[in-house]
Amino acid sequence: MTTSSTLPSTPSQTVGPYLHIGLTWQDGPFVVPEGTPSSVWLRGRVLDGAGEPITDALVETWQCDEHGRFAHPEDPRSAEIDSGFRGFGRSDTRSGEYGILTVVPGRVPDRTGVPQAPHVDVSVFARGMLHRVVTRVYFADRPEANAADPVLSTVPRDRRQTLLARPSADGYTFDVHVQGEYETVFFDV
Amino acid sequence: MSAREQRTRASPPYRPDPDGTHPPLDSPGYRSTALRHPVRRPLTLPQSVTEITGPVLGEGRIGERDNDLTVQHPGEPIGQRIVVHGRVLDGDGRAVPNSLVEIWQANAGGRYRHDADVWPCPLDPNFDGVGRTLTDEHGRYEFTTIKPGAYPWKNHHNAWRPAHIHFSLFGRSFTQRLVTQMYFPDDPLFDQDPIFNSVPEAARSRLVSRFDMNRTTDHWALGFEFDIVLRGREATPFEDDDHDH
Ligand SMILES: [Fe+2]
Repeated sequence: MTTSSTLPSTPSQTVGPYLHIGLTWQDGPFVVPEGTPSSVWLRGRVLDGAGEPITDALVETWQCDEHGRFAHPEDPRSAEIDSGFRGFGRSDTRSGEYGILTVVPGRVPDRTGVPQAPHVDVSVFARGMLHRVVTRVYFADRPEANAADPVLSTVPRDRRQTLLARPSADGYTFDVHVQGEYETVFFDV
Repeated sequence: MSAREQRTRASPPYRPDPDGTHPPLDSPGYRSTALRHPVRRPLTLPQSVTEITGPVLGEGRIGERDNDLTVQHPGEPIGQRIVVHGRVLDGDGRAVPNSLVEIWQANAGGRYRHDADVWPCPLDPNFDGVGRTLTDEHGRYEFTTIKPGAYPWKNHHNAWRPAHIHFSLFGRSFTQRLVTQMYFPDDPLFDQDPIFNSVPEAARSRLVSRFDMNRTTDHWALGFEFDIVLRGREATPFEDDDHDH
């Protein structure tokens, strides 16, 4: 490699209160198309330090398909993915909660080859947040995979439940506590 | 090498941003951060394939007029016509091609077309203030729009946001995702704005566009240049990251 000086990153700023005009998409919630067999709704609230729902937040998700394939050119199996699987979801919280139609992802390895439990990467943006916060959704009904997950194992035991989506009537529920007693585990990525 | 090994080893992770790059989530001058910042330290998430991939969006998502905010209605919007252009680069100066750039902004008077924006400034029937485009193969983007006005907010008495355009960038990975704001040179409102000043001082100038005489068009529009830098990658001992075929 040739030596090169690096450029400093552009700083982050808040999405502000009017994010919806720029960032809401009609098809935002659809990680998979409506009607996909085995699709589930992932829903939840984003709560502030007083326990109040944040209604001007934006939740974005990123994940692989049920077979562990990412819709991205750096995944050598991306060409095998069903058309219509986007892997990306985006929902605002104006109704009091976000909602993403998706499938439970497959398992993919970490950098050392250890299989990770099914997980969804999540970014949360909001007025009053000068930078996104990042967390991961794991699935409470996959206890064996979760127990062996190399990331969950770095999370203090008493906080792991903040990363677990719980089965609900039409899928899973996952609340994000930005601050407070039940503060969600966030990650530097 | 098996497919699994390839995926585990092929792509280098993205370098972390050094301290002093981004504003702290706990920034008391911006009062809304008080209940909206995590108190506990974030844990480190080693970048696996989930983090080094990310949504590659845009094809089919961009309309013909989406990068010209002055032609989206039958009439022309009121205000100073401007061209905002630049490049999206990674931390090694490499272009970030074919990636989605979304913008939103207030009109010339400082009012957003949004239910929650109700301060006494007229809406412009010919201006929505929303644009999107894809970077080209050299990472370039360009928007034609109207210079947004400053607007008041309730953070403190007589608080005004300096004129700005909101930018949303995806880059090529979950790790590169960035939402920011672009400002205009020499704005007298910088000093009293806690959002601009939440950024560590040495990094603030990276949010300010440059007046660009070369892209200013005679009898048409003022030019402003704003380059955006997303995180670069760790060096890789073998050159295998060329997937653009
Ligand atoms: Fe704004």
